[in-house]
Amino acid sequence: MSAHLPILQVVVPLLAAPLCAFLRNARAAAVIAVLASWATLAVALSLLGDVMSAGVISYEIGDWAPPLGIEYRVDIVNAWVLVIVSTIASVVAPYMITSVEDEVERRRIPLFHAAYLLCLAGLLGITITGDVFNVFVFLEISSLSAYALIAMGTRRRALTAAFRYLVMGTVGATFIVIGIGLLYVMTGSLNMADLAVLLPEVWDSRTVKVAYGFLGVGCCLKLALFPLHLWLPNAYAFAPSAVTAFLASTATKVAVYMLLRFFLTIFGAPFSFGVMGLDRVLLPLALAAVVTMSLVAIFQVDVKRLLAYSSVAQIGYMVLGLSFASVTGLTATLLHLFNHALMKGALFMAMGCVVYRIGSVHIDAMAGLGKRMPWTMAAFVVGGLSLVGVPLTVGFVSKWFLILGALERGWWPVAVVVLLASVLALVYVWRVVEAAYFRPAGGDEGTREAPWRLLVPTWVLVGANLYFGIGAARTARVAERAAEVLMTGVGP
Amino acid sequence: MSLDLFVSHYNYWVVIFLMMVGFYILISRGNLIKKIVGLNVFQTAVFMLYISMGKISGGTPPILVDPKGEGKGHGGAETVGEAAAEIVYSNPLPHVLILTAIVVGIATTSVGLALAVRIKEAYGTMEEDEINRIEAETEAGE
Amino acid sequence: MREEVVVRVGAKILVPFIIMFALYVHFHGDYSPGGGFQAGVILAAAFVLLALVYGLEAVQRVLPPWFTRMCAALGVLIFAGVGVVTMLLGHNYLGYNALAPDPTHPEHGQHYGILLVELGVLVTVFGVMVTVFYLFAGRGRENS
Repeated sequence: MSAHLPILQVVVPLLAAPLCAFLRNARAAAVIAVLASWATLAVALSLLGDVMSAGVISYEIGDWAPPLGIEYRVDIVNAWVLVIVSTIASVVAPYMITSVEDEVERRRIPLFHAAYLLCLAGLLGITITGDVFNVFVFLEISSLSAYALIAMGTRRRALTAAFRYLVMGTVGATFIVIGIGLLYVMTGSLNMADLAVLLPEVWDSRTVKVAYGFLGVGCCLKLALFPLHLWLPNAYAFAPSAVTAFLASTATKVAVYMLLRFFLTIFGAPFSFGVMGLDRVLLPLALAAVVTMSLVAIFQVDVKRLLAYSSVAQIGYMVLGLSFASVTGLTATLLHLFNHALMKGALFMAMGCVVYRIGSVHIDAMAGLGKRMPWTMAAFVVGGLSLVGVPLTVGFVSKWFLILGALERGWWPVAVVVLLASVLALVYVWRVVEAAYFRPAGGDEGTREAPWRLLVPTWVLVGANLYFGIGAARTARVAERAAEVLMTGVGP
Repeated sequence: MSLDLFVSHYNYWVVIFLMMVGFYILISRGNLIKKIVGLNVFQTAVFMLYISMGKISGGTPPILVDPKGEGKGHGGAETVGEAAAEIVYSNPLPHVLILTAIVVGIATTSVGLALAVRIKEAYGTMEEDEINRIEAETEAGE
Repeated sequence: MREEVVVRVGAKILVPFIIMFALYVHFHGDYSPGGGFQAGVILAAAFVLLALVYGLEAVQRVLPPWFTRMCAALGVLIFAGVGVVTMLLGHNYLGYNALAPDPTHPEHGQHYGILLVELGVLVTVFGVMVTVFYLFAGRGRENS
């Protein structure tokens, strides 16, 4: 069966989704969702192991040989992203059972789990496929189910947030299709590895440059790079808590991966940085994202929306790493994909615990929660410290590599901006901590700690924040090898 | 740009026109249903782009044809294979891709319409500026 | 439209032909234009026509909403299931050659594979189309 691992990665959640839709029972659907998520993690980990030792794995769907057939191609870069997505999925899925029973109408719960599994299948599919049109198909599978998941939020603003996301997401996806179409016109191929071979011959063509632009803008819409981020804050703020935790730590990460794949594997680093000047375009946008979005986050009163703006700023860090055009910079980007998934997952899950008990994440409603929900708020504090980038947490590791990358290029002002933005992060995390620990408690006296079914998954992610913060060598080694693969083009 | 180039690439002009019409509707209209219509026109422009690039002048639909008109192409694989060299087929791949994209477009439209219906029920309106006003009021009230 | 005799009788005559045409489009899809998606839409159109003429309740007695919802999920299971079956038979996912009854002509498996997979598409598309129609058509009445 191990030869079929690449396809199982996608088929397991894809088969589990209709099974969930068949069931009337919420608990049974939830169990299927949890088992399927754990299965994807097992598959992803063994794929990463195989790739680390044996190199690229290629799987031909329907026995049709690439470049004509659709190929699933796993190299160290997407094996890494697969592990990120499935790790978060397998932690969020058990958390979802309890959180969703509280926030979603009971009769919709089996369909909710089905939508979640479809979204997971879509995200894993985008990551694993070696065919550019397949990327679009999986992108729409994951996006459509994400719109449905967001619209299940308790407040009516979830609907308008989902609608706005739908409009912007569809425009982004359509831009990507245009880019793919133009590439197909020039090369007659849709296979990524084949495109990487064929494209250098037609570098000079204006069509290829236009395709590059469309793909870039489309991906940046999906990953919410600074001026194109408008859909993100409300979508994350009003979605059900478990959905926010899942999407915030996977969907944008996969979009960043998509950007890296298009720009570095298909077009190649020499074209991106040499001909198109990608680094000069992304650097100012990334810096603007980091600074302005951190500032906006400081003035939010809804903590979920505060964290959402912080996500846009953190995406700035990932793009910043790419704009260094070096192996160190890319290592920082790839590390931050993983690290940011861990910290934002933990933070949004802590907020889910708060919603479960007091039904609001308004900063005033959280006054004095430090005493009433000690474990939840402790999780928030550790996640917050990681967000700031305090040593011994994963946030520190990402910032360390980012600053190394900046100094390597001799861009010390960039390094200074990264440090300053960390101070801004400290300010917005502090506002929540201040409310929770140093303000007198108001409201309901009987507020108790969140149930263990929510706390255990939250603390698993918090633990991962510390574990991979202290033992960063392992993740850094994988990320560094992945960065080398990206910079040198098609894998070994 | 010479007139020749303009005329011979007319399919691209159609595509660009449609795309901009769709995009303009999407941006300028406040009504959610009209936004979805704009989105549809925008997507259709891309379908046209793909379909027009799969067309080969003089090409037939990419289904095996038997020039003698015997049988249905089914079973007579050998004779068809010989004749196939002379027949120009249009490229089927863009059509297949766009069939997929149309399905995706339908799914997007129905999710969008479903959201619009529920927004209408929740807010009592489908005009974006009124929804923004109601949202601003509820936010101020909190 | 309960009084329009021509429309009612016309619809009644048309529906069997529409269903027949849907099946033709499906089963003829492997050597002429057609396939599961088109067939599914045509099949759904037959029931939408009935609902428009005879009212939603009449059609939902024949084709209850839970059934169409099941169809939507079932089709995906058929499609993905065919892939799993080929995998269990020792080929790659969706490697239709595995389905050939006669091992000396593995290419015949392509024929069966496509038909089965497209059947899954037909069932899903039919289910989704009718479900979407039911949801939009039934919306106003529940609340008024």
